[in-house]
Amino acid sequence: MTDAAPLLAVRGVTLQYKTKDHLVTATYRVDFDVHRSDRFILLGPSGCGKSTLLKAVGGYMKPVEGEIRLKGEAVTRPGPDRMMVFQEFDQLLPWRTVKENVMFPLQASGRLPRKAAEAKALEYIAKVNLTAFADSFPHTLSGGMKQRVAIARGMAMEPDILLMDEPFAALDALTRRKMQDELLALWEGTRFTVLFVTHSIPEAIKIGSRILLLSPHPGQVKAELDSLSPTADGAAARVLEQRIHSMLFADAVEETAPERTGAHV
Amino acid sequence: MNSAANPLARPEILREPISSAAFGIVEKPLSTWERITNVGALRKFALLCVLAVIWEVYARSLSNPLLFPTFTATVDAFVKGLLGGDLFTKAVTSLRVLLVGYAAGIACAAILTVVAITSRIGTDLLELLTSMFNPLPAIALLPLALIWFGLGAGSIVFVIIHSVLWAVALNTHSGFLSVSNTLRMVGRNYGLRGLPYVGRILIPAAFPSILTGLKIGWAFAWRTLIAAELVFGVSSGSGGLGWFIYENKNQLEIPNVFAGLFTVIVIGLIVENVVFRVVEAKTVRKWGLQS
Repeated sequence: MTDAAPLLAVRGVTLQYKTKDHLVTATYRVDFDVHRSDRFILLGPSGCGKSTLLKAVGGYMKPVEGEIRLKGEAVTRPGPDRMMVFQEFDQLLPWRTVKENVMFPLQASGRLPRKAAEAKALEYIAKVNLTAFADSFPHTLSGGMKQRVAIARGMAMEPDILLMDEPFAALDALTRRKMQDELLALWEGTRFTVLFVTHSIPEAIKIGSRILLLSPHPGQVKAELDSLSPTADGAAARVLEQRIHSMLFADAVEETAPERTGAHV
Repeated sequence: MNSAANPLARPEILREPISSAAFGIVEKPLSTWERITNVGALRKFALLCVLAVIWEVYARSLSNPLLFPTFTATVDAFVKGLLGGDLFTKAVTSLRVLLVGYAAGIACAAILTVVAITSRIGTDLLELLTSMFNPLPAIALLPLALIWFGLGAGSIVFVIIHSVLWAVALNTHSGFLSVSNTLRMVGRNYGLRGLPYVGRILIPAAFPSILTGLKIGWAFAWRTLIAAELVFGVSSGSGGLGWFIYENKNQLEIPNVFAGLFTVIVIGLIVENVVFRVVEAKTVRKWGLQS
């Protein structure tokens, strides 16, 4: 599935941001390539800079060193070729209906005139099974439905790459599993490229085709693994989950071990 | 006794839901009285009636039409003024000046806040100007305005702009600052920048604050207008409501004075409960930004 040149190339990217009294290095010299139709996962514990990395790919912040190239062109600012799905439920514009929310970026970016944008919006709303709610306002929808609208909005733009920042993290466990299945079904339909941030190992294994493991403080690449096919049996998934878990948390266990014995005395 | 030996061992309970036909009400329409009391406009109208009755009773017990005319006498003067007298033309004159000043004030506020949101020095400028001029009563500028613009509508428009501008600008700016970061990023994700970004993301998202600013600005504009007109008419011969009140006081036509004040109140009630209410229902309530 690998083309000669990657769709997204991240080369030696160091990211820093300022808080009130600190300069924080979020990631240090991170490299990875995302190819067309990858379901590429950024996985790591909190503090490994995975969301910051996604924001840099989105164009919201500039790397201190290194570069991010999409189809060979350096990423300098946010743009509709990298549609983003956020974790928060408040990412839909409250003053627009579901249909208008999906149409808006298509029109605002000048990609499609009104009629065509409406047809495309309805097509993608149907794909996420929300046709009955096309004329509802976001505040009348449940959390899962809002996230499905956000995904439809991202996909309707048919971006080069869909960026997803823990989109299911704020959902309850049952809805989350359903959304994961739906996302995989959507991918089977159109084979879009997605860069997906999560801190859940089972979610990474289920959704991803390729997983980048990041270590925390600052985020550095620990490994890049192939995931299992979605049809793989549970036993294989558990083995991989155990392996990833030991890779990510091996250091952490050693660090906290003395404290733990102390607490037991 | 078995359960006492092992209190946690409980059988599974399985039940079939009963068809809703088997029991009574699932949903029932509200009674007529409940539906009537649910209409906010009717509740407010009832309050207005109570206030009018209190006014009438107090004025009759006082029985001094020079100090405090009755409600019926005021309404009588109001209706006569509207139909035969010059109350209607005075109100129209006042409203025209008011709307010009209000619109110009909002336009100035829009320019100032857009500059403030797009640059840091603009933010500083807005903060500085508001803290300087917001506490300054508009009417205090009237003598200066008279020198600059002469005796006429120009001076009044100037002081109305002053009273509207700072309230609207301050509220709009604080509304822009409170727009959630996610929505900002969504807007920029679509590739929006500059004016389209302000117009299509910031203004709708900050609309509750902007609306508050517009309401406060409207009230300030009215107060300033009436106060300024009490000093002089808008132009010779065709003064506004303030001038109407002042003239009638000089002629001791106290019911007419009350009718003039009554007009200000009625217009205020209509604008607040019809114009702003409709705008709210079509925007922030519909979008779920305000309950």
